[in-house]
Amino acid sequence: MTPLLSVRGLTKRYGRIVACDDVSLDLYPGQVLGLVGESGSGKSTLLRALVGELESDAGEVIYRTAGGDELTVNALSEARRRKLMRTEWGLVHQNPRDGLRMHVSAGANVAERLLDGGARHYGTIRETVTAWLREVEIDVDRADDRPGTFSGGMQQRLQLARVLVTHPRLVLMDEPTGGLDLSVQARLLDLIRRLARTLGLSMIVVTHDIGVVRLIADHALVMRHGRIVESGVADRVLDDPQDPYTQLLVSAALIP
Amino acid sequence: MTAPVLQVDRISKTFTLHLQGGVSLPVLRERSLELRAGECVALVGASGSGKSTFMRALYGNYGVDRGAIVVQDGDDVVDVTALTSQELAALRTRTIGYVSQFLRVIPRVPALEIAMEPLLTRGTERAQAQEVVTGLFRRLDIPERMWQLSPTTFSGGEKQRINLARTLAVPYPILLLDEPTSALDAASRERVIALLLERKAAGAAMVGIFHDDEVRSRLADRTIPFGDAP
Repeated sequence: MTPLLSVRGLTKRYGRIVACDDVSLDLYPGQVLGLVGESGSGKSTLLRALVGELESDAGEVIYRTAGGDELTVNALSEARRRKLMRTEWGLVHQNPRDGLRMHVSAGANVAERLLDGGARHYGTIRETVTAWLREVEIDVDRADDRPGTFSGGMQQRLQLARVLVTHPRLVLMDEPTGGLDLSVQARLLDLIRRLARTLGLSMIVVTHDIGVVRLIADHALVMRHGRIVESGVADRVLDDPQDPYTQLLVSAALIP
Repeated sequence: MTAPVLQVDRISKTFTLHLQGGVSLPVLRERSLELRAGECVALVGASGSGKSTFMRALYGNYGVDRGAIVVQDGDDVVDVTALTSQELAALRTRTIGYVSQFLRVIPRVPALEIAMEPLLTRGTERAQAQEVVTGLFRRLDIPERMWQLSPTTFSGGEKQRINLARTLAVPYPILLLDEPTSALDAASRERVIALLLERKAAGAAMVGIFHDDEVRSRLADRTIPFGDAP
């Protein structure tokens, strides 16, 4: 099977600090990669370099499009990159306020991505938006309310709907459960897990939480000081960690 | 004689505890096993003798330092120790089922969904998966009122039966059973033995850890000693 996304030797420096040091990884269709590490490990830098938000100093990010072309993402023009992010890729931000438009209604937030993608038929758009609000367990009566009136968990579920409504081929998530209460986290993770399976999503999930990796990832990558220190089947990395740092992470988790 | 479905060739495993001064714990030393279709082998030995480690290595949950674990996977032959994540996931979907000692409960997810998951992953239609799983739930005497509840609050025996239904719903050619009856009462245990004997007769190869002598003697054709066991 050919990877959907291949990263080769990606490096990003901030002065003398190497935030992302010669990172390579492959993401296969339908696979969920969990990228785990504590704050400062470079995992968010890696994610931002992946989507081309940050210019990398070395290395390549190669994406195979729906049309079968190979794109070098970090060499795309800004316009092409933005188009890719609107169509085939979806990014779920840690803070829903970064991924939502707070001054328009919840329904409009979901509809906007559809309109961006070229949908024009009002009835179809309305139907699709309603179906997605239901899918992420948001009461359809709240469709006309602004996201600011929603709880944190609801905002995060709305962001999921906004991203997934256009059926992106690759979904990137940055600490999707960060900042949420434990009970709300469980509900959101269960939702992500179910959607990943039923939609066959290919995903990279960045998290500091071992429990998130356990619940939703097929493959785990452990990052420290900008480098991948361990990589393998998610349950093997968590149950039989080889690297001292991974052993520390696993033993420090409350519910590993 | 038919070719073995599972051939473990001199696997060794040492755990290195980096957080505890780099202590090395050698748990498996050149362990081998050959298993044919319809055969059941029991691993026996004191706790800490490496039985569970051996079993987890067969499932690819633990890595090994040396040796090979060769499995008949449909028309292919693969070495568990050399597979990528993708390949291992496929092997676990098609060929090797593992009944762990404890059910991994997912908050909010009903028992029925948890048990249907392996079948759905294989691409079985929902309606058919539900039929198979509810059939097993009935045979294992799991009351219908519990099917739509999350097993978070279930008793140990109830969780264990759901775990069994989850794995036995799939016709895996190879089954790994880690104490599948440890939390069950006599009646439930009897039902599980009957189910496993059916699977065996249908050609499933099994590796098991059974602390219950009766379960072991009725299922296993032979035993492999671990640690100081006779």
